Amino acid sequence: MSAGGRGRLRALGLVLPLLLFILVTFVAPLATMLVRSVHEPVVADALPATVAALAEWDGESPPPEAAYEAAARELAAAREDRTLGRVAGAVNRVRSGLRGVLTRSARSLGGVTEGPWRGVMEGIDDAWADPATWHAIRETGRRFTSRHYLNALDMRRLPDGSVARQPEERRIYLPLLRRTLMVSAAITVLCLLLGYPVAHLIAHAPERRANVLLALVLIPFWTSLLVRTTAWIVLLQTQGVINDVLVTLGLVGEDGRISMIYNMTGTVIAMTHVLLPFMVLPLYSVMRAIPRQYMNAASSLGATPAQAFLRVYWPQTLPGVGAGSLLVFILAIGYYITPALVGGSSGQLISNMVAYHMQTSLNWGLAAALGGILLAGVLVLYLVYDRLVGVERLSLG
Amino acid sequence: MKPLPGTAPTGGGASLALGRVFRPGALGRGVYVGFCALVLVFLIAPILVIVPLSFNAEPYFTFTEGMLRLDPDAYSLRWYREIAENEVWTRSLVNSLIVGVSATLLATALGTLAALGLASPAMPARRVAMSLLISPMITPVIISAAGMFFFYSSIGLGQTHLGLILAHTALGIPFVVITVTATLSGFDSNLTRAAASLGAGPLYAFRRVQLPLIAPGVVSGALFAFATSFDEVVVVLFMAGIEQRTIPRQMWAGIREQISPAILAVATFLIVFATVLLAVVAWLQRRGGE
Repeated sequence: MSAGGRGRLRALGLVLPLLLFILVTFVAPLATMLVRSVHEPVVADALPATVAALAEWDGESPPPEAAYEAAARELAAAREDRTLGRVAGAVNRVRSGLRGVLTRSARSLGGVTEGPWRGVMEGIDDAWADPATWHAIRETGRRFTSRHYLNALDMRRLPDGSVARQPEERRIYLPLLRRTLMVSAAITVLCLLLGYPVAHLIAHAPERRANVLLALVLIPFWTSLLVRTTAWIVLLQTQGVINDVLVTLGLVGEDGRISMIYNMTGTVIAMTHVLLPFMVLPLYSVMRAIPRQYMNAASSLGATPAQAFLRVYWPQTLPGVGAGSLLVFILAIGYYITPALVGGSSGQLISNMVAYHMQTSLNWGLAAALGGILLAGVLVLYLVYDRLVGVERLSLG
Repeated sequence: MKPLPGTAPTGGGASLALGRVFRPGALGRGVYVGFCALVLVFLIAPILVIVPLSFNAEPYFTFTEGMLRLDPDAYSLRWYREIAENEVWTRSLVNSLIVGVSATLLATALGTLAALGLASPAMPARRVAMSLLISPMITPVIISAAGMFFFYSSIGLGQTHLGLILAHTALGIPFVVITVTATLSGFDSNLTRAAASLGAGPLYAFRRVQLPLIAPGVVSGALFAFATSFDEVVVVLFMAGIEQRTIPRQMWAGIREQISPAILAVATFLIVFATVLLAVVAWLQRRGGE
């Protein structure tokens, strides 16, 4: 084997253990989540005969007796082996109110052994005479489904199979997605406005002073995120330090205390604080490499300070501006902790909705679909970052 | 690095430009420095405010009149005593250390090996491998946490220390890979060749020649990985049971329910911890740079 080939093998052999480790501990979980966003076998597994009987149904006339019979037997069986709760939950997400119908029916059907099943079931609950109920069962009976993604994009599938947008007042996720993008953009701009002069000051200060100033950026960078978020709660809440100071100074009255937290203001302030170092550090490393003679040359050629800045200095810092802005924006759109703790109800972002469906509504398919959309967005930005900046140049201060 | 004199966009040798205008430099520079000072205060002040409040003798998290008068009776160590005596906090410290140290060792060992491979010019598909290894740092943590919850519970590692350690290792790996590859880019590969020509085997040359030289990068990476695990709450929130509660998880519960100054005492402890880590990393980087 050639020397080059041996070198390749050796390099690959060193990297391979970690690649395998990341594939198992990190990529496999992400893949599991993506599978969950399109694969929901709960109903198909529990009610297979019902789903099969509905396959031929025209969707308007009452379903065939076979469907009633299968549903009656399989619902009772699902109640026996305790899968009914999950089945009812899944169907209920497509058409709300059906959770009760399914559990009630399964309970009543336990003792019934003979049909005609249509009469029996419609006797238990009127909902069985409504085609919409059967549509919901047929819809959730598909093992592979696009409904979580449709749901996450505020769309739904109509009984005839076509896709339509949700009515205006039921659109939740697209407005939230738009809000997440807007807020992240605003935070990125804020970080750039605040971070650019500071990075400039540090980059061109005498070394000893630069180190002290840099520490003021790095200490927050290293400090626990929870600590920083706690600090903002302490400062911003209505009985907090800033309001106390304002009241003491007489700037606001005791009942005029400003609510700066548990709303979008709190989210923006705290996230800007958390993400600012991610802007300052790349800017700083780019600015440090700019020789100061360039500015002197511009001035000596008659440029005003503004001209020299705009035509000479600013263009050279663009790589840092791009790197910092992309990094801040990528981190901002996926932010969870800070909005969850200081955002109240109006300051929540898309990640918080993922957490809500994971932990509270237990609609894991929808959580996975929202996560999938967010992940796709971040991946695109990550590729752009890699193209423009190169991931290996991510700096950690 | 040679020190640069202080300069602003309007600074220093701009005499020609300045001569024409009525001293815009001084005012401009004042505004600029003042603005930067405000931004730096914005960065550091929230963290500094926590520290004195953690010594509050009263159960408030705002300054009492006594504290402002610097009355010694207004300050106390009661919140520190409270966390030291509270078994919930001590147990979560133990959990944080178990998970953090194990994840750090694993991430550092695997990450350093991989960085050695990545630094080699012969490495195929270097860029792809690198972006894959760094992806845990960029992926929104809520997505990682949700995926890990599904995956680890499906293979029986939900609510176990091992599952949490593996998850935190994955999150720490990018930091090790980044710092070690950065250090290796400054490494002169002639040194290992010289060692080899003097009869050293590859392992011996690595241990005696390369490792001591890249050690600062390895240790910085390890500290980053540890800090990441020690501050991680979302994965813990999704994957850990009562038995695996860590310090951040406990703080999360404290912040959501009611902030008592006991939280501020923990926060102060974490601030001191972060500052020490930062100082060590800065010292290592300076040593590595020489």
